[in-house]
Amino acid sequence: MKNFICSLIVVAGTILTVATQASVMLNGAGATCPYPLYDKWFSDYRKVDPETQINYQSIGSGGGIRQFLEKTVDFGATDAPMTKDQMDKATSPVVHIPTVLGAVVVTYNLADVKKGLKLTPELIADIFLGKLTKWNDPKIKTLNPSAKLADESIIVVHRSDGSGTSAIFTDYLSKVSSEWQQKVGSGTSVNWPIGLGGKGNEGVSGQVKQKKGSIGYVELIYAEKNDLPYAAVKNESGSFVLPSLKSVTAAAQGSLASMPADFRTSITNAQGKESYPISGFTYLLVYQSMPNAEKAAKLVKFLKWAMRDGQKAAPSLSYSPLPEELVKKVEAKIDSIETKKVN
Amino acid sequence: MALDMVAQRCILPFRRLLKRKGDPFQMCWPRIDPLFSFTLKVIALGVFAFLALIAFFLFYSAWPAILRFGWEFLRTSTWDPVKEIFGALPVIYGTVISSLFAVAIAAPLSVGIALFLNELSPRKIATPIGFLVEMLAAIPSVVYGLWGIFVLAPWLGDVVQPFLGKWLGALPLFQGPPYGVGMLAAIIILAIMITPTISSISKEVFQAIPRSDREAALALGATRWEMMKLSVLGRARAGIFGAVILGLGRALGETMAVTMVIGNRSEISASLFAPGQTMASVIANEYAEATSDLHVAALAEIGLVLFGVTFLINAIARLIIWKVAQVKVTR
Repeated sequence: MKNFICSLIVVAGTILTVATQASVMLNGAGATCPYPLYDKWFSDYRKVDPETQINYQSIGSGGGIRQFLEKTVDFGATDAPMTKDQMDKATSPVVHIPTVLGAVVVTYNLADVKKGLKLTPELIADIFLGKLTKWNDPKIKTLNPSAKLADESIIVVHRSDGSGTSAIFTDYLSKVSSEWQQKVGSGTSVNWPIGLGGKGNEGVSGQVKQKKGSIGYVELIYAEKNDLPYAAVKNESGSFVLPSLKSVTAAAQGSLASMPADFRTSITNAQGKESYPISGFTYLLVYQSMPNAEKAAKLVKFLKWAMRDGQKAAPSLSYSPLPEELVKKVEAKIDSIETKKVN
Repeated sequence: MALDMVAQRCILPFRRLLKRKGDPFQMCWPRIDPLFSFTLKVIALGVFAFLALIAFFLFYSAWPAILRFGWEFLRTSTWDPVKEIFGALPVIYGTVISSLFAVAIAAPLSVGIALFLNELSPRKIATPIGFLVEMLAAIPSVVYGLWGIFVLAPWLGDVVQPFLGKWLGALPLFQGPPYGVGMLAAIIILAIMITPTISSISKEVFQAIPRSDREAALALGATRWEMMKLSVLGRARAGIFGAVILGLGRALGETMAVTMVIGNRSEISASLFAPGQTMASVIANEYAEATSDLHVAALAEIGLVLFGVTFLINAIARLIIWKVAQVKVTR
């Protein structure tokens, strides 16, 4: 009897230790735009490495950066890279890992124009600055000679909530228009010169759909899912490009040459004939050295998986995968994360 | 069998104890009353502590913005997160105007509903209608918001606003392009949302008025309307006012539905067709993605101002209720 109890205790002890050792919990928080993909990644990865469980809360990039800096999460996620001020606040070096690319499309509601209205950067900036107010303006007409454009007022719709989508879009406008740069600037929330604010992609697309003559911007994934018409935008090389997974990856490819070593860059208005100009990376934020070596090792393993198998899952959810050359660079970066306990 | 044993062993001695002179609890635990009142006191004071903590937290988070902008924060109209210039006047205006207009629409409507249900309609109709009105309160605000975007706003933009613009366009309230979304949409959504609150409380108040009061009025030869005016509305004034204040409180703080239809533009415009923004909606919109410290602090200060405005309006309303109630007593 005594023996039996002893063995029972031993067995229970082993089960307990196995249970506590087996799963490593990684907590992350941040960007909402890539959440559908991250959600899929984390559940897929559970099958690859059952010992790692990743929790992710999509609380927004701003919240993600704050929690990451306060070290209440193991990794953060953000659409726009951290600013220099924010980097200075970090107590140890931060690594930006670009995961996938997202694009922002210009969508509109015109009775007789389906997909592919041609727009130049100058026109988009003028419309969102409130300088171009009629759809039958000669500037739009000459670009789209075959389109039937009525004497309709242009109603501008923008995101009212702070978002990475707005950050990419305003960053693009700041690059192509010095007036925009001076008057408005770029960021997740800006002081829009004109227009109505809709909450979320659904708010913007809802208003665009309801009101003839309106124009707004939403994420590519959202426009494709909801079959919204979107514009072909003239890129840096002068060709009109429709947003697509390919043209967005091409934009990342086009900006590889000017890519800084820490990947903190914007790729809007990218070089290359096939590049769609309004796109950007979304990042995971990791510390170069984490206090918990075991967690660091698991996180590195996951990031490597994300760079290979993870990328394959991206297109099915309308995120553009990173170009191959960049993946190699990112992998080298991931290798630099310390996974052994220092000291 | 077993049950009998339980009864014999446990309940019967207790009964015997009760039959003795004096309270058994008093005997074994004489200080139960003070303890009870102390506990209640702690709970009640806890509410105050809670309120103070919220105010302190808001003040603490808002401190960088208060330091930077001072009173300018309440007086200026630019809200520019990029250049870090923050002025809250348009959102304060948006909150106050949208709530007041909503109450102005909802209060007479709700009191009318309550009067009809309580005084005029047969019970067969009153019960289902009362139930339906109260159901309005159970609809989540995001559903109101979606309905606002897809049904109300297009209808306002295509039908109501052109009509108002045509006939009442001389008033600055009804000028400008008919976007659909905007202040008017927010006001209507808010009015619908606070109607069940005001009407169901008014109904309770009307029910509390004794039947004899009504009969007295009728016996004196009052018509039905005069009876309602004299013995229902007259006596329920304080109660109706309280109901309206509760509705106003809900309108001031309502976030989701308003954010979805108000157009979110930080600008003061005399027209109800123009987009606006409220304090609650600017916080909901920008807090999650606010990265700079000053931006977060400015949003916290908006929270503080909202807290203050709500507090102030409730306090004023309380004062008015007291006054109204007093007048009634002295008469």
